[in-house]
Amino acid sequence: MSKLPAKAKCVVIGAGIVGNGMVYHLAKLGWKDIVQIDKGPLPNPGGSTGHASNFIFPVDHSKEMTAITAESMRQYKEFGTFTETGGIEVARTEERMQELARRITSAKSWGIDGGRILTPAEVKQLVPYIDESIILGGYYQPTVGVVDSLRTGTIMREKAQEMGAAQSFANVEVQDIKVENGVVKAVVTDQGTIEAEYVVIATGCWSPKLAAMAGAHIPLTPAVHQMKDIGPVPFFKDTKGDIEWPIIRDMDVFMYERQHGTGLEIGSYAHRPILYTPDDIPSNATAALSPTEFAFTQADFDIQDEHAYELMPSIVGDESVREKYACNGILSYTPDGMPILGETPEVKNLWSVAAVWIKEGPGTAKSVAEWMVLGDSHIDLHASNIARFHEHHKEEKHIKSRVTESFNKTYGIVHPLEQYESNRKVRLSPYYEREAALGAVFYETAGWERPFWYESNKDLVAKFGDKVMPRAAEWESRWWSPIINAEHLQMRETAGIVDLTAFAYFDITGPSALAVVQKAALRQMDVAIGRVVYTPVLGPNGGFKSDLTIMRLDTDHFRVVTGGAHGMADKKWFADLLPADGSAKIKDITSDYTTLGLWGPNARKIVQEVTSEDMSHESFKFSTCREIDIKGVKVLASRISYVGDLGWEFYVPMADGPALWDALWEAGKNHGLIPVGIGVYGTTGRLEKCYRAYGPELETEYTVVEAGMQTPKLKEQDFIGKEAHLKHRAEKPVAMLCTLFVDDHTSSTGVKRYMMGNEPILTLDKKPITDAHGRRSYVTSAGSAPSLGKHILMSYLPTELAVAGNKFLVEYLGEHYPCSIAEVGATSVFDPSNERILA
Amino acid sequence: MDILVCLKRVPLAGGTLILTPDSRDIETKHLGFGISPHEENAVEAGVQLVEQMGETLTLLTLGPSDAEEQLRSQLAIGATRAVLIETDGQEWDPQGTAAALVDAINAEETKFDLIIFGAESADSAGYQIHIRVAHALNRPIITNVKSMKIENGVAVCDRVVAAGREHYEVALPAIVTVRDGLNIPRYPSVPGRMQARKKPVDMKKAEPRVPKLEKVNLALAPSKAKGAEVLGNGPEAVPALVEVLKKIGAF
Repeated sequence: MSKLPAKAKCVVIGAGIVGNGMVYHLAKLGWKDIVQIDKGPLPNPGGSTGHASNFIFPVDHSKEMTAITAESMRQYKEFGTFTETGGIEVARTEERMQELARRITSAKSWGIDGGRILTPAEVKQLVPYIDESIILGGYYQPTVGVVDSLRTGTIMREKAQEMGAAQSFANVEVQDIKVENGVVKAVVTDQGTIEAEYVVIATGCWSPKLAAMAGAHIPLTPAVHQMKDIGPVPFFKDTKGDIEWPIIRDMDVFMYERQHGTGLEIGSYAHRPILYTPDDIPSNATAALSPTEFAFTQADFDIQDEHAYELMPSIVGDESVREKYACNGILSYTPDGMPILGETPEVKNLWSVAAVWIKEGPGTAKSVAEWMVLGDSHIDLHASNIARFHEHHKEEKHIKSRVTESFNKTYGIVHPLEQYESNRKVRLSPYYEREAALGAVFYETAGWERPFWYESNKDLVAKFGDKVMPRAAEWESRWWSPIINAEHLQMRETAGIVDLTAFAYFDITGPSALAVVQKAALRQMDVAIGRVVYTPVLGPNGGFKSDLTIMRLDTDHFRVVTGGAHGMADKKWFADLLPADGSAKIKDITSDYTTLGLWGPNARKIVQEVTSEDMSHESFKFSTCREIDIKGVKVLASRISYVGDLGWEFYVPMADGPALWDALWEAGKNHGLIPVGIGVYGTTGRLEKCYRAYGPELETEYTVVEAGMQTPKLKEQDFIGKEAHLKHRAEKPVAMLCTLFVDDHTSSTGVKRYMMGNEPILTLDKKPITDAHGRRSYVTSAGSAPSLGKHILMSYLPTELAVAGNKFLVEYLGEHYPCSIAEVGATSVFDPSNERILA
Repeated sequence: MDILVCLKRVPLAGGTLILTPDSRDIETKHLGFGISPHEENAVEAGVQLVEQMGETLTLLTLGPSDAEEQLRSQLAIGATRAVLIETDGQEWDPQGTAAALVDAINAEETKFDLIIFGAESADSAGYQIHIRVAHALNRPIITNVKSMKIENGVAVCDRVVAAGREHYEVALPAIVTVRDGLNIPRYPSVPGRMQARKKPVDMKKAEPRVPKLEKVNLALAPSKAKGAEVLGNGPEAVPALVEVLKKIGAF
């Protein structure tokens, strides 16, 4: 083997499916001088790729995961390493049958077709060795298949070598990663040091250890997935090749069974969570098998044996069919279930491509390579962005407790609003005790406990009666309360106080502060001091990277306010724009400040009672902010609204929060003030006003024009994505974001059903709708509009179909409901002229 | 016929061994556990005899409570029941181990016609326990057996020696120690596993004994380098591969 080079443009650490994919895609995008190293031998260095079960179900409730998986499958097919087998997810319970219908719904939304529900007899026809009497049905996806991930990795690595772009070195162990002034400099190995401009960590379950060498964090944990291979199976004796029979996922017992040659592979996510740390993983030399194949612990699999026997008694129950192999295979699990991709916030040019499974490998590698080389990926990776983590997310306790809780949900039925139970109450707002006393039902965002609704408002449900749009079906009543809609209606009558402590805030200061925010913001930031600007933040392709508000507090002082969930990624986005000369600085003040929102027709009366400041419409204009005094507390008041009513956001230091709450609360007593939860703020209030949210509506795949958010005049100054945005403005948009109403909620059993988001919008003859860019129309956000008595759906629809009044169907849990366009573009369906906000 | 097989829980090492910091034990953090390979032959022999002749196959081990895992795996192969003499996890010396086994055997209601051991344990390889047990029970013993059948109450055994083959015929009750080549041990089936969960494992506490032998420390024998050799890539590697296959007598 040749000697390790002393220099490289990019060192890729890891030669599993991800590392090989990175080498290939970086080379394909034109990078040269790539050095790949792995501490194990090639082609199987001993990571998780080597023991993967290698099958791919192309369906997920997450659009991002589905897109990545689809791209991966495309590549596996291109390399000739994909075998289509079909796959069936079988249900043993009614609840699972509903979930399977929901999975087909998600599949349609994300452009994965061909799935259908089978009866038990139909499942048996495809897989004769099951006992169909224990299942209620199955979801058949004909495009499921099996890949050869080791072969694919080898092909990709060799192609990069053929391009003259990369060299690969096996049996090289990384000992340190050198960083200077926050920028990665070199990789120190047992066979010499390689200076590098970029370093990619693609080392799966070892990633946290590698990141720590550079002072960065990749918060994942190695976790066991148990697998047992039995055979030879007499029924499979004539099978040719690796796989011929469909793969079965026995969803209710969290298991899968796949034919593998003459054997049957039985895998499980049902056993107790068995977590390790990277230091627990043995070296290649000391490992009994491979480093990531731990000894099988039969006691953890006893119940799974019985479940496999129940489903496939003729094979699993055959005494002559013996265990051939079994292992506790190590996989990477993250605290929120998503991969960890992107440049680390701690170290420039140090990239993480971790917690990526076989089904996502090649697609992820392509996307991250695009991100590195071109500045952005075609597939929106925001949910996988490594910059999403807050500090507490990086703690061992958080990682372990969340993975322990979520491991058994790998095949679980996870409600879209389902909350974690472990490691809660990590961050408490100064109003927490007051809210708890009011019966707040807390949901978590970024570690913050946020009231979703207040049980103290339950009498309002009776007051408003059917206007709260009560829900009879269990699924959409779960993690929901009619109190949310009652709070909404009461706020529209009087006023509501909303805890917004979960916001992230950072101050950008210095002589170049204006230049920094100008570069990030689509909107003009060179505004008068005291102006509040709501602005999209675009990526280089003109798609959305965020939407947030920026207050100009002084000539050289801007305060960015953004949602907690995406706050840390936004912080990195702005921090990356700071000039090298130090003429602008960013300071994260998230933990220093708290926000209370006060909205409703009576908001002005309430606040006027506790301040001597003139809060009139003329004196305190919309979209402005200034410091006021509320009962001796200095408050930064900002007149904006995300719920469609008159009011303010009040920002104070954490310590002053309780005094602010008490002052407003006391003054509100005479004006019908109620506490209002995030159910109103995030959904009902927002949707009635057709306000877009980052993530559901605003993402890199869609443009400002398609979102209906372009202004007549564009600022002259440069900003990221300007060139693309100019192009988008010049061309006719192929889709438009529309607001739809559901016209009839009645299901086949006579129950009123309410969609929750991500459902496909179909033509009246139940055909999926695809725009000229190949994007499916689906519900980006759904929720009640209590003031209108309507259930709102937002969806991008092809421009030719985006006409008010046009009728469609929305598919929900396997049934179809009529809906029609209420509004095309951003005009609100409630109070379209904004009279209430501008009151 | 009632048969007893004695087993030992041992670490399953596949790679380079490492010792604990005090050099007194093998570091097992990364290792799974099984039984000694020759004991797998012993269990297989016992299972086959019970399949042919009926009656019971009992397993006996001395070790930590975790050794139940190994007993359950062998119960899944077809043994009837098991006895675990539970220690505090420390390695016992051969005298103590043999004495504890003898006590347990004497305490059994069943008088075993045949007691089978593996030739030696995979970890300490002391070659002693079976002899000591045979001596204490005053039974004949045949060691290192490579073929065995039971005919009319007589164990008919062969063992391989340098000069050829030794043939023994011993009336039961007797003790036999077996080694590889005797049979091909079977792996468990899933139904076997399921049945094993319900089979009795008697847990007994070991009587503490004063060891007569003290383990001072372990030392690793110098290991040979891993013998993997890359023969080549793709079709051009075929001639070299064929040579190797010829050399090892594959065809």
